[in-house]
Amino acid sequence: CINDLDVEPIDPNEATATNVFSDELSYKRALARVYATYAISGQRGGGGGLPDIEGIDEGFGNYLRLYWNLQQLPTDETVMAWDDASIKDFHWHTWSPNDVFIGAMYSRIFYAITLANEFIRTSEDAMGSATGDFLEDLRLYQAESRFLRAFSYWHAIDMFGNVSFVTDEDPIGAFFPQRITRADLFDYVEQELIDLEGDLAAPGTNEYARVDRVAAWMLLSKLYLNAEVYIGEAKYTEALTYLNKVINEGGYSIDPNYIRMFRVDNDQSPEIIFPISFNAQNTQQYGGMTFITNASRGGNMLPNGVGAWGGIRAIKELVEIFGFNESDFTTEDPVFNAREDHRAQFFFDPESWSWEVENVGLFTHGIGVYKFTNLRSDGEPDPMAEGDFASTDFPMFRLGDAYLMYAEAVLRGGQGGSRAIALQLVNELRDRAFGNTNHRITDSELTLDFILDERARELYWEAHRRTDLIRFGKLTGGDYIWTWKGNVPEGRSTGAFRDLYPIPVNDLDTNPNLIQNTGYSN
Amino acid sequence: CLIPLGVSAQQVNVTGRVTDSTNGEPVPGVTIVIAGTPTGTITSIDGTYSINANVGDILQFSFIGYDTERRNVSADATVVNVVMQPSVFGVDEVVVIGYGQIRKSDATGSVNVIGADDFNRGPITTPQGLITGRIPGVMVTQGSGAPGSGSTIRIRGGSSLSASNDPLIVIDGFPVDNSGVEGLANPLSTINPNDIESMTVLKDASATAIYGSRASNGVIIITTKRGTQDGLNINYTGNVSVGRLVKYHDVFDGNEFRDLIADRVANHGMDPVALTRLGQANTDWQDEIYRTAVSTDHNVSFYGRYNDIPFRASIGHTIENGILKESSLSRTTLAVTANPSFFDDQLRVTINLKGMDIHNNFSNQDAISSAFQFDPSQPIRNDNTRYGGYFTWIELAQADQLNGNPINIATHNPMARLAYRDDQSDVQSAIGNIQFDYAVPFLEGLRANLNMGMEVSEGEGNNNTDPRASWSLREPSFNVQSYRGTRKNQLLDFYLNYVTEVGDHRFDATAGYGWQYFYRSGSSRNRSWEMGDDGEYIGAGSRAYKNENYLVSFFGRLNYAFMDRYLVTATLRNDGSSRFGKDNRWGLFPAFAFAWKINEESFLENADSLSELKMRFGYGVTGQQDIGTNYYPYIPIYRESEQGAYYRFGDTYYSTLRPNPYDANLKWEETTTYNLGLDFGFLNNRIQGSVDVYHRETVDLISNVPIAAGTNFSNYLTTNVGSLENQGIEIDLNYRAISRLDLRWSIGANFSANRNEITSLSNLDTEDAGVGYPLGGISGGTGNTVMWNRVGQAANTFFLFQQVYDTNGMPIEGLYVDKTGEGGNVAGNNDNKYFMGTPTPDFLIGISSDLKYRNWDFSFAGRLSIGNEVYNNNWSDRAIYQELYNQSGYLSNIPKAVQRTNFTNAQYWSSVYLEDASFFRMDHITLGYSFERLLTERLSGRVTASVQNAFVITDYSGLDPEVSGGIDNNIYPRPRTFMLGVNVNF
Repeated sequence: CINDLDVEPIDPNEATATNVFSDELSYKRALARVYATYAISGQRGGGGGLPDIEGIDEGFGNYLRLYWNLQQLPTDETVMAWDDASIKDFHWHTWSPNDVFIGAMYSRIFYAITLANEFIRTSEDAMGSATGDFLEDLRLYQAESRFLRAFSYWHAIDMFGNVSFVTDEDPIGAFFPQRITRADLFDYVEQELIDLEGDLAAPGTNEYARVDRVAAWMLLSKLYLNAEVYIGEAKYTEALTYLNKVINEGGYSIDPNYIRMFRVDNDQSPEIIFPISFNAQNTQQYGGMTFITNASRGGNMLPNGVGAWGGIRAIKELVEIFGFNESDFTTEDPVFNAREDHRAQFFFDPESWSWEVENVGLFTHGIGVYKFTNLRSDGEPDPMAEGDFASTDFPMFRLGDAYLMYAEAVLRGGQGGSRAIALQLVNELRDRAFGNTNHRITDSELTLDFILDERARELYWEAHRRTDLIRFGKLTGGDYIWTWKGNVPEGRSTGAFRDLYPIPVNDLDTNPNLIQNTGYSN
Repeated sequence: CLIPLGVSAQQVNVTGRVTDSTNGEPVPGVTIVIAGTPTGTITSIDGTYSINANVGDILQFSFIGYDTERRNVSADATVVNVVMQPSVFGVDEVVVIGYGQIRKSDATGSVNVIGADDFNRGPITTPQGLITGRIPGVMVTQGSGAPGSGSTIRIRGGSSLSASNDPLIVIDGFPVDNSGVEGLANPLSTINPNDIESMTVLKDASATAIYGSRASNGVIIITTKRGTQDGLNINYTGNVSVGRLVKYHDVFDGNEFRDLIADRVANHGMDPVALTRLGQANTDWQDEIYRTAVSTDHNVSFYGRYNDIPFRASIGHTIENGILKESSLSRTTLAVTANPSFFDDQLRVTINLKGMDIHNNFSNQDAISSAFQFDPSQPIRNDNTRYGGYFTWIELAQADQLNGNPINIATHNPMARLAYRDDQSDVQSAIGNIQFDYAVPFLEGLRANLNMGMEVSEGEGNNNTDPRASWSLREPSFNVQSYRGTRKNQLLDFYLNYVTEVGDHRFDATAGYGWQYFYRSGSSRNRSWEMGDDGEYIGAGSRAYKNENYLVSFFGRLNYAFMDRYLVTATLRNDGSSRFGKDNRWGLFPAFAFAWKINEESFLENADSLSELKMRFGYGVTGQQDIGTNYYPYIPIYRESEQGAYYRFGDTYYSTLRPNPYDANLKWEETTTYNLGLDFGFLNNRIQGSVDVYHRETVDLISNVPIAAGTNFSNYLTTNVGSLENQGIEIDLNYRAISRLDLRWSIGANFSANRNEITSLSNLDTEDAGVGYPLGGISGGTGNTVMWNRVGQAANTFFLFQQVYDTNGMPIEGLYVDKTGEGGNVAGNNDNKYFMGTPTPDFLIGISSDLKYRNWDFSFAGRLSIGNEVYNNNWSDRAIYQELYNQSGYLSNIPKAVQRTNFTNAQYWSSVYLEDASFFRMDHITLGYSFERLLTERLSGRVTASVQNAFVITDYSGLDPEVSGGIDNNIYPRPRTFMLGVNVNF
């Protein structure tokens, strides 16, 4: 009877690591999980269950929702009404090292990295005996999981700087990972991307929602464009090297229909290089796009295919970058139909909304945003509609961003590009935005300040703003003040150390190798 | 009811006198019956009696308040004088301990026994209800007032952080599985309290160590009633009870609400749209959802002896209606026990079989919070057609405000909540064991004991939401749900017991082997009401699980007594659990105890007033492996994703494969206990009691704790980290204040205090103790917590900002004490929070009183809990003005407690919401009348009137200060219950 103690799982939904990879499909399903970590929060849809990480509500602990909040809420684009834990601290620039969302973002990043590490090991083991198409598949799967690991490490560089460092060489268990500096991690990610780039699928040849070579080029471009922030060294020329590849060899093209990129049918868009995929029935999540679409609707805003949770909206600073003001909106026409720039997807009813955010906790203080919806681009409902869940994919990388990055890299002195091409690319986006050629800018208007504003107009709410403002030196400090920045209604200067998030206390506590980022106590 | 005994026997006249052992006075009114017959008599005023009986008959002398005496009738001794012993508080009864039994006076550990006489009275449907407040160091907190709801039982605080803190429960030698089956609110409800003879609580490790692997949180041994030595007896117990809600939350009524909204719009910047959303009605939603609930309980038992086999069979039927409309529990229980013996009593067999059938109607408890929050200016019904007429909040942007789309996040109509959810379950459960106890013939004193048992539970239920329900649109594919589950638990124990005496030395040795197997499986299905074109229901899905675990043990115990004065117990148990890997599987749990019966010493020979004095010391180690639903925590496992958590590649949605976190080195959590106790009795045990002090230390806590990022497949891991200490004192006192013939009064009191402290939360060898981790989730926002586990603090300590008050004593919204002195946004820095007490009381005092005057009896029992803190989540989440109107277009009522703070926005971490919820609760008051020989000679019984949850004295601002876990949310309120009961013996 003592042998009874040797048990193996008997649940048909569970398998041990030694028998789970019984067929070729199981490798693909494990790879799907590495991708899915950006979209879902556990192994059960709907209301959740079987969560990946603990200590936080599943919807909140979702990778994309955390990333979106941490990139958007501290900026001039967004403000949050809810009272969830310390969520308002982001808009106020008062977050602390024990902030639950910062802790969860950090956990999510390393969860994604650990999953990728495991898959890299698993696929490596399988390659020993695999042949033919299966071996080719495994090579591709492994390269993609390496890309995803680099992608999450980039988030770590961008948000946390000096973090733990684990690769597929490290075991699973309980140990203290080494600390890596921001600069060393930059070198590692750069080298990884250069190494794996050739192993990824050729541009445009992979399945939907899986990455190809262009995603790696895009990520390298982002590393280089921000290199002055990350490592104190300008790498605009290198940025242009890869932006040229993205633009000229990538095979992606500007979507003639701007709004389609934020709608249910954005899987048809030729512009999206790397989507995070959602589906109201198959990839259900209270974080991710369900959060972005539901939370951005409230008050008397128009139906958008989901519920109205009334949480996030824009503040006047974003809307004013479009050149709009309060009087442009009326109760009869709260979406300002006469606007010329159709990227502007705002809602403001002067009767029941307030242009000034007097109370951060009131959804109708601010300006509604209906850029992301769960409708199709023709306005029809989501054919897979299921409750509040969204089917719209999140455009993590898209070509329009690359155009503006190109222009910025040129303006910042990078070699390998030209002002003429930069101007042409910027105007291509503006032609699409206005539906005509009347709003093109001239060469003299092409300045860095213009680029920052144009990035807001083109890319607002796409989780770029925090990184952009830091690159322009405007997230913290007193150069640029917006409503409630610094936790006063009129806004005020905040400490430059907040350009980096703190290392969460939980990880400092559990890993003696780590050191807190400058400026944060604990 | 007549079992004819021998025929043509010799008849004699027996006479005699019955006296009281304590004072020698005659006892009138003693019932004397010839066992097994309806023939009997009673003693006269001078205690004498006379009865005709056959030689060989047994005379049974009984009187309330005394132990029953039996005498054989013989031809040569026709004068039978009897000295009756008043029933006392179990001085010398035999107590059941693990794998055997022992005279209570010989016990070396901390053991409490509660017999049927001392059980709590009233409409009690669960075993734990019988002992609430009766035993020092045992805290029973009823989860809610829902029919059949479970309770939290804590013995001497919790010894674990993440692992289970539930005691082991052993029913007639069978350790049951604490994890209930689907559809069963309370695993202990498998046993009918009317079938229980006694409950024994083992508290310290020297007593529990024999159950090593699962004994860290104490053991409760339930012994059920058995057959007797005489003919056939029938007992009927029944009651009818009426439950009523004690108190409503104080919220605004319709008129006050309209005034309040008008004021907030006019003077406080509330969106004027709110005014257009007001209704004209005055609905008291809380009044609408509750009812006065009538419940009944019937039990019939047959017991006695048939063909020389003592047996007992009982059947019980309970219908418990809850005060929330629709909620009910209907339960039928069956229990059969027989104790045949063979080969001149050399082989004794015990057969126990219990069965239960429960039907639950859970109603919809969401109605409770909805009623608390729903706008009182709205009617229950309007003229809509889409929502079955029930008033529903419609989105602002909808033109049709009757039948438009609902506001998904709005509060839903409480009456619709009740009408449109059908949540019911059926559970069958059976537990049976057969025990062979064989006196080995060739060696006197050697017995072999084999115990085999099985427990099986099957539950199934459904939980359906009507498509007219306004909340049915949010996740339509979960509107039709069904589930089922199975639990199996198999047991095999074998042990040898050898008892011998050599001069002044007495040895009692036991050695055995135990094997137990647990199996659980279940499945659930969900779908929408709608069928697609393909003939399949839209959104149909299913889930299933299956798991098992084993425990294998070897154990031994030696009891040694010298001169019946010095007692020593040594125990060793070696446990194997399938929850740990090969190298860590086995845990060795030793225990040692010493007791000294001081009153037996010669120097106390003349201390007449001293009836008992015993000192006990115990030390022992116990283990813990119950870490909830993770049965394979050391094996790397991949988990498939269910539909809804698929990921798209190309045009296919793939079920993904995820590695789960695991710790290959996980091992036993170990608790070491030291216990020092003193049992005493004075004045012929009129005053009797015990004092225990203990220190308990748990190391290698199996905790679910944050781990270094990047090292495992989660940010938390179930691993051995940290340590925890409990120390406390327990005092138990019983006093027979009056012990006269027609008037008896006894008072019982118990006191306990326990201190808990986390001593480590890390395996790091650093000075820095670490910040620990948050817990204690609340409603309001998402993912907010109000407690923290940190080294140096008790587990589950509240962690909040210290509120700052103005000169009028009103709290200033958002202003807190700047503990760090860093200035800036105080509320933005967790370091400004203070540790502020725990939900566990500092002191717990139970009191009870039993008064008997002739045929009347009057008893009560109550509990005083001092220093238990409660976080009033109802106020922190709802008593704020901002909750009145949500911009998506719906109004909500708020508690009038908002006037205590005048807060506009939520201030979840304000200390203003943490209250000292010390209380005294009168658990029950019972008045009874006993009768003998009513109508016929054999009919005796008792009628009772009682009130359960009679009253509560407290300063706490919420509905009920007794909150399991210390965070007061909208729970199903505990009713006050009035009961009439009858107990009849034939």
